Amino acid sequence: MPNFFRVAWLVMRKDLTIEARSWEMVSTTLFFAVSCVLVFSFAFVRAGQPVEGAAAGILWIAVAFSGTLALGPTFDRERHHDALRGLLLAPVERSAIFFGKFLGVVLLMTAVEVVVAVLVALLFQAPLAAHAWWVAALLMLGNVGFAAVGTLFAAMLVRTRSRSVLLPILLYPITLPALIAGVMGTSALLQAEPNLDLARLWAAMLLCFDAVFTTLALWTFEPVMTE
Amino acid sequence: MICMMQSQRMFAALSVAGLVMFAAAPLLIAQAPYESTMGLIQKIFYFHVPGWIVMFLAVFIAGIASAIHLFRNRPAADRLALAAAELAVVFGLIGLVTGPLWAIKAWGVWWQWEPRLTMSLILELTMCAYLLLRRYGGPGSDKLAAGVAIFAMANVPFVYLSVNIWRTIHPATSVVPQLAGSAPGMFGPFVWCAVAFLVLFTAMMAARTRLEAQRAHVERLHLALEER
Repeated sequence: MPNFFRVAWLVMRKDLTIEARSWEMVSTTLFFAVSCVLVFSFAFVRAGQPVEGAAAGILWIAVAFSGTLALGPTFDRERHHDALRGLLLAPVERSAIFFGKFLGVVLLMTAVEVVVAVLVALLFQAPLAAHAWWVAALLMLGNVGFAAVGTLFAAMLVRTRSRSVLLPILLYPITLPALIAGVMGTSALLQAEPNLDLARLWAAMLLCFDAVFTTLALWTFEPVMTE
Repeated sequence: MICMMQSQRMFAALSVAGLVMFAAAPLLIAQAPYESTMGLIQKIFYFHVPGWIVMFLAVFIAGIASAIHLFRNRPAADRLALAAAELAVVFGLIGLVTGPLWAIKAWGVWWQWEPRLTMSLILELTMCAYLLLRRYGGPGSDKLAAGVAIFAMANVPFVYLSVNIWRTIHPATSVVPQLAGSAPGMFGPFVWCAVAFLVLFTAMMAARTRLEAQRAHVERLHLALEER
């Protein structure tokens, strides 16, 4: 088991080192997320005031869209010089490789979310800071579910031709339950009278999704990646 | 060859049984008692609920067969999964069409964004995604699609339970199990229709898997011919 986490750590560190040197994914994903929020600001602002209850949806849609953008390159960059084959041939557990990639995606999405959440709070006058810990917990739980399914699907599709089209097609229907829980939980916190019980229920729901999806992803990564 | 003859005979028998059952179904539904508040429109349930039952069954068959294909590498299981996934989309469409027809009369709107409906739509989309991946995924997409089918199966319990967790306006899942006691006149036709849908589903599964098996056989022959 310690070996599992060591491999995962090494894979994640490799990805983060590439990222720290190029800033490719953070910059593009962040720019895309901010553009998303801006597009929504035109749709959901009436007479200078944001439409009531729109902030939670905007936050989560920006997260989902930019997350999809971040998932593609995670495995795509392994295609150069056949790095993917080298990675898969390494005498380590395949699920550990998946776990490392998954952690990288979670960290990247978290970095983007910090900026997007602040932006949504400022631009849409959403009281996200009032229950900052609850919002953070919901976002983290959503991240884990989204990244688990997304990393697996991105890995699966890396060898197919139309991967950029197929990734969102496969990803959204499966992760929608998690996104619904995220949006509903966040809007429960953003109401005029925050409903903590409801937020807790949705967080529990997200936790169930995460447990099921992460287990399934760890379980199916090995056979799916076998050539 | 014997196996193929058997499956052909099974398909014929199931088709005849299905045909007879569906021919008799309208008569049974017509003589069933009217529901006190909804009246005539309630009779759509005799097709709506069996449609969803068969759809859920098909999703489970696709998921389990996909898991067998993914972990044991059995092409026969993959053919079963593909057939079940296609039928899941077909029967899901029956549910998605009959549902709004009932809703416009009972709720006054075609569609309600409540969890049960939303999750059913998600499930239907997931199965469509499975078929899209099979169609456009290129070589090796059977294994990838198998992964998607397993995820779709994991979604089913969330769909079924959602109506009980959230308080919604969709008739609860306890209506059907209680039907035998609360409305015995409706229970008979309902079971008849549910069995008719299951027979139809089995017949279509038999035909579809046989088609895939023969397609694989032709491919093998083609390869053998090329090698000569």
